[in-house]
Amino acid sequence: MPKDGGIGAATTRREDVRFLTGTGRYTDDIQTHAECAAIFARSTVANGIIKSIDTTAAAAMPGVLAIFTGEDFVEVGGNPAGWLINSRDGEPMKEPKRPVLAHGKVRHVGDAYAAVIAETVQQARDAAEMIEADIEELPAVVNMKDALAGDNFVHDEIGTNQCFDWGWIEDNRAATDEAIKNAHHVTTLELVNNRLVPNAMEPRCSIGSYHPGTGDYTLHTTSQNPHLTRLLISAFVMGIPENKLTVIAPDVGGGFGSKIYHYGEEALVLAAAKKLGRTVKWTADRSEAFLTDAHGRDHVTKIELAMDKDGNFLAFRTETHANVGAYLSNFATATPTFLHGTLMAGNYTVPLVYVNVKAVFTNTAPVDAYRGAGRPEATYSLERVIDMAAREIGRDPTDLRRQNFIKPDQYPYASAAGLEYDSGNYDALMDKMEEVSDKAGFAARRAESEAKGLLRGFGVNAYIEACGIAPSNLVGILGSRVGLYDAATVRVNATGNLSVMVGAHSHGQGHETVFPQVVAEMLGIDPMSIEIVHGDTSKIPFGMGTYGSRSLAVCGSAVVRATEKIINKAKKIAAHMLEAAEADIDFTDGEFSVAGTDKKVSFGEVALKAYIPHNFPLEDIEPGLEETAFYDPANFTYPSGAYCCEVEIDPETGKVRVDRMTAVDDFGNVINPMVVTGQVHGGLGQGIGQALLENTTYDENGQLLSASYMDYAMPRADDVPYYIVDHSQGNACTHNPLGVKGCGEAGAIGSPPTVVNAVIDAIQSGGMNVTHIDMPVSPHRVWAAMNNAK
Amino acid sequence: MTKVTMTINGKEVSGDVEGRTLLSSFLREDLRMTGTHIGCDTSQCGACTVHVNGKTVKSCTMFAAEAEGAQVSTIEGQANADGSLNVIQQAFQDHHGLQCGFCTPGMVMTTAALLKINPKPSEQEVREHLEGNICRCTGYHNIVKAILAASGQDVSTIAAE
Repeated sequence: MPKDGGIGAATTRREDVRFLTGTGRYTDDIQTHAECAAIFARSTVANGIIKSIDTTAAAAMPGVLAIFTGEDFVEVGGNPAGWLINSRDGEPMKEPKRPVLAHGKVRHVGDAYAAVIAETVQQARDAAEMIEADIEELPAVVNMKDALAGDNFVHDEIGTNQCFDWGWIEDNRAATDEAIKNAHHVTTLELVNNRLVPNAMEPRCSIGSYHPGTGDYTLHTTSQNPHLTRLLISAFVMGIPENKLTVIAPDVGGGFGSKIYHYGEEALVLAAAKKLGRTVKWTADRSEAFLTDAHGRDHVTKIELAMDKDGNFLAFRTETHANVGAYLSNFATATPTFLHGTLMAGNYTVPLVYVNVKAVFTNTAPVDAYRGAGRPEATYSLERVIDMAAREIGRDPTDLRRQNFIKPDQYPYASAAGLEYDSGNYDALMDKMEEVSDKAGFAARRAESEAKGLLRGFGVNAYIEACGIAPSNLVGILGSRVGLYDAATVRVNATGNLSVMVGAHSHGQGHETVFPQVVAEMLGIDPMSIEIVHGDTSKIPFGMGTYGSRSLAVCGSAVVRATEKIINKAKKIAAHMLEAAEADIDFTDGEFSVAGTDKKVSFGEVALKAYIPHNFPLEDIEPGLEETAFYDPANFTYPSGAYCCEVEIDPETGKVRVDRMTAVDDFGNVINPMVVTGQVHGGLGQGIGQALLENTTYDENGQLLSASYMDYAMPRADDVPYYIVDHSQGNACTHNPLGVKGCGEAGAIGSPPTVVNAVIDAIQSGGMNVTHIDMPVSPHRVWAAMNNAK
Repeated sequence: MTKVTMTINGKEVSGDVEGRTLLSSFLREDLRMTGTHIGCDTSQCGACTVHVNGKTVKSCTMFAAEAEGAQVSTIEGQANADGSLNVIQQAFQDHHGLQCGFCTPGMVMTTAALLKINPKPSEQEVREHLEGNICRCTGYHNIVKAILAASGQDVSTIAAE
């Protein structure tokens, strides 16, 4: 079989056909006999005492089957945090219980305190409006610094709003302080990493069912990681034995982090299904998504960069307040710490890094990992302060970065923030970026803009990030309560086609096309004969799902290992069929042959033989051809990149337009360049959205002001340019079998500082001394900054 | 309950609906035509876009009863008669104009309407026409490219993929 559909081919996606013809199967598309609907009653205040909930009138409404309140879940567990963080003084973080439904108190607008189950969704909605809840509103805690200063606690029982006070690396603290004190030049920047709502286009949806005859539960849900959801429900929240709960995440319409986590609605539909013996469906509307999906970012940071007289970086020191919202979402404590602090050395040979993060409870929706998860926050802080430093000391921002880059001959490189980078070449990325972006033409383009009365700026950025979070041993030491391997089962069917069951979940990433490319390459067979099965705990091995750009690097590696096992066993079978020694069997292009002879059998013939084991040496070979592998990586993968951006600013209005956006990334080896490019595009769109448009705003009472698409500025097609994307400068990852690095989050990590750096460059080119504007760099903020500087 | 009858993708259908039933709900829940998606509750996202009597309509902005007697086209009726992808659908696949697929039906329907009134749109015209359709996955690059390709324009010079 020709290998044009194998590794490196820009194969178009097979899954597209169903999405393009309206035959996808998303959770809300599933309709079952005797289904009923759940609607949640949610708090309209940010902080309040639940005095009473009277459900009498609601229960009498047409079609109502059951009503649940927090009282019904007092005996069950809470939704846990997945990562234990210890404070600098060794004290463990505060972990208040996160119940299925609020009990005693509501803690953010949207916090669900009751649920109505009725025959139809309209009936449930009508009845939910009849619930009479007496909730005494209390002052809300919204601002993080106020939260730490006051004695109004989101969770009274813990007596503080500080979840933890984390230092990284604590042993470097004194030396970092000393380096900064004695440095030739110190640049200081205070910035906000704006709070975002992930906004997967498919709202969350969960369907619970229960079979009274067997005691089996099934949960269809919008999840990036069905096994993790099952584990959380089974082990922590509901106590349903894992072998009695099947979790199915069918087609999922985007995640970006927000569908990693277990949410209370999933537990509710299961409890309701058991109580009623009916299938119970809940589908979020977009308003609920804004109010209750885990949000992202929301850091307030002070960063300092110390340099010697030649511009060599001596130390980075940061103090960050990270908002975790009203309850700890599953990865809320890992995101601002180990996914953020460990990246604070960037691409640089800086010897000292000290990061302090205080995580703060507020009366707002929970905050957790959103595309990039901690690394965008790290990159933004670093790359903004470096840009500011270059301007302060009169250096070209690119040159200053290059001077401090880790060099290609320094790998593996132990960063000052505690990671071991395996490979990279940041100068080569920068060179390529300057070439493909036509940096040389910038001066002419600036002159053209100026002739039109516009300001043009050039912004640059270098990032490194850590994907495929691992290995389990290490993350366990650092506080993770789960392992971070993944798993794959390769089943060769008797007729020679393959079913490959994977722990990773595809919700836009293209696994159904890309994973077969890997297997097809290894087996020399037609990729279309290989089908990926994912998203169903009853069909796939126990895998950890898709987030942190891990699918190919971790689960793809498990696929490789399982396929290697298939080849090994198939060689044994072929040797038996060809009456040759196993050592003499060659396997090339889908055929097993005996070295030095013309004797051969095809892969398909071996498959058939495996399932019709007549005359089989059963003492040496079992029938069947199916193998499973679990893969636990040796390290993170470290994608890196050089980005640049050109913006035009209208000085009359402050409106910023991104004219050119270039991303040059080192993703190691690339399996499907079309899919990888698409992943970068999406990240760039989200990063430009963060930089220019998106903001999640709560007022002082904890009311969410940006709770719809009329108030929250999602990027539209005319807000973004064509992107220039290049991944020709890959350095293979040294520790996974495919040599791949993660590509899913890079665009969202690298682009925000690039855009803001370009905005500052543009404004300064107009002679105005503006050194920083917080994101989103809206027309009003730009206009005000320019006018204040005049 | 009111009885409504309409023609969807060339087939006459009818059903009993409440006055408040939206066209999008009628399609998805009563007719179980789930290709039309609901992505928001303020008529902003465009995932529910269909054509009613030849006009682009967000089916969440219209009551089912208002479509009485109408000709309605949905994503399920877009493929060629032999089941193969039509020109727009094929261009979206060829140029990786979709990822999670959730906004895709609305994008395809909006594109069909655009190309009917403007068979050779410019890049800027395409971007402006997509104002009412939100995609969170693609950053729009490949959607714009796919639409230009579907209109028969050469997209080979547009930045790499």
